[in-house]
Amino acid sequence: MFEFIYNILDFSIDLFIKDMKFENYILTALTGIIIAFAIINGVLGGVLALIWGERRLLGRFQQRTGPNRWGPQGILTSTADAIKVMFKEDIVPEEADKYIFNVAPLLLVIPVFIIFSVIPFGISLYAVDINVSVLFILAVTSISGLSIICAAWASANRIAIFSALRSVAMLISYEIPVGLSLVGILLICESMSVMDIVIYQKIPFILIQPVAAMVFFLGSLAEINRTPFDLTEAESELAAGYQNDYSGMKWGLFYLGEFAAAIAAATVFSTLFLGGPNGPILPGIFWLTIKVIAILFVIIWIRASWPRFRIDQVLNLAWKGLFELTLVNIIVTSIAVIIWTDGEANRLIYIGLANWIFAFPFVFLIFKMLKTKNYESDNKKLIRYPVGSDTPKFHKEKN
Amino acid sequence: MLGFGLIKGLSVTFRNLFSPVFTIQYPDKRVGVFGLAKSKNKSVLDLFKENPKQILIAALGMAKVKVKIEQFPRFRGNEFVWYDDRCTACASCAKYCPLGIIEIVTHASEENLQAGGNYAIEKFDIDTGRCMFCGLCVEACPYDALHMGTDFEKGNYHRSKLVLDKETLISQVKNPSSWFRPQFEENEYDPWTSEVSDSKAAGRHEKPNDEKIKQNWVNKRKFNG
Repeated sequence: MFEFIYNILDFSIDLFIKDMKFENYILTALTGIIIAFAIINGVLGGVLALIWGERRLLGRFQQRTGPNRWGPQGILTSTADAIKVMFKEDIVPEEADKYIFNVAPLLLVIPVFIIFSVIPFGISLYAVDINVSVLFILAVTSISGLSIICAAWASANRIAIFSALRSVAMLISYEIPVGLSLVGILLICESMSVMDIVIYQKIPFILIQPVAAMVFFLGSLAEINRTPFDLTEAESELAAGYQNDYSGMKWGLFYLGEFAAAIAAATVFSTLFLGGPNGPILPGIFWLTIKVIAILFVIIWIRASWPRFRIDQVLNLAWKGLFELTLVNIIVTSIAVIIWTDGEANRLIYIGLANWIFAFPFVFLIFKMLKTKNYESDNKKLIRYPVGSDTPKFHKEKN
Repeated sequence: MLGFGLIKGLSVTFRNLFSPVFTIQYPDKRVGVFGLAKSKNKSVLDLFKENPKQILIAALGMAKVKVKIEQFPRFRGNEFVWYDDRCTACASCAKYCPLGIIEIVTHASEENLQAGGNYAIEKFDIDTGRCMFCGLCVEACPYDALHMGTDFEKGNYHRSKLVLDKETLISQVKNPSSWFRPQFEENEYDPWTSEVSDSKAAGRHEKPNDEKIKQNWVNKRKFNG
């Protein structure tokens, strides 16, 4: 049904391209507005649902109930919060650089919505099909770093600056493994269009490119500042991080942007690695939604379970771990692509097998090398408390 | 194995996801259809015949059920319990009160009201808005006329309404706490299910005989060891 409606809309765009009349121009503009309206409202609704779902799920993970007061099962909690945030006072610090201070939240939110324009919600249900849409996604996602550093700089707050520097350091380091992890897919599909990748995915690429999928998932967690990479908003160290001086709807936009980014990351992962709208029986948009919800569940699950990295550990992981893994992945995949060229039967299966056998073991190898030393066991000056006394007993140093 | 710790952590939280919730919802809790039926002690079908709208609300998880949190029987709560036929108006409670919030006005009466007492009580006010619930008044009462209460939901918008006067003390529902009144605990009295409206039912604490003291000691030993 969705695809049928979309085909009517698509027809009007084709009309415009073939025949550039004034009526067709208006029709195209209207179509664009309808598509943009659908995407923006869908994502906004998704954000409200995600905020509620995250709070509720985190509650259950910690054996609490979570919010359950407003509406059935508390589903209107986030709506009530949104209304409250809109009516709150908007404070701009005196020291702030006002123009940048006001623009920064928009810089975070708008790119997230732009990402959805290249994502296919069905086999023929997409806003635009750019031939370099993978590059487009990578480029647009990195604007969030600019927004964060703008916000921190404009609010003239040193804690915010610390947070922003961490975030940007993380973004720059993770952009490289994330970008390189997609090279394997591009080699297999010989295309940079997300549409082509989706059509090519008879088998989900997570099975064919396990290392790339892992690196991409971890990298996107780091780029959206989520646990275990949420140093940007480490409450115990930096309070609210770069949003320290924001209040009212500007803060609300940051909040919205972060959750929309989580949805965007989950959507991009499911289109590139889980087959996107591919699936039996149900229409494509439902399959995509199911996959996105599954990925979001994993993200929330990770937030409920894992502790936070230190900044040096985060950068170590990116440069010493994930970067090398992507290189291994590219080498193995490119050799496999040369051996089994396009058009061969069971090509994907062979490439997948090669990846599992030659690339996947490197995950264990490289992470074993990354493993930090246990300094306590090396330290010979162990402090010991003899039974029943409060005074520590020191070992004598051997000279 | 490398990475096993991470998976272990995930599995712990995943198990928590399906374990029961420890949150106590107060003052009301949201229930489903079966929770509503259970709280009203009726089957779902009967409830549906009675009030289908309520069942619909419950199916959405929006039905509210009042929750009463039970405290320990020795809880020193608001709403003092006072038996006027026991009170001799000796004003021990007023004297012992460190905040001086008990006000007693008496006059000499001609008739012999109770054994040992010949005062008629005009006024017996306890200003619970300033009370700190130390319970010294209850300890001081020589005739066990005054008891601590068990209620704690007496929030009010007016300080004057927090004053318990003679009429309210006589007329209110009497759920005395068993604090400093061992006779209640011996009878296994539960203030949350039963009330003691009569002073005769409240009883007096009698000094235990030697055998009973011995028995108590034996029980204590058993409990400890």
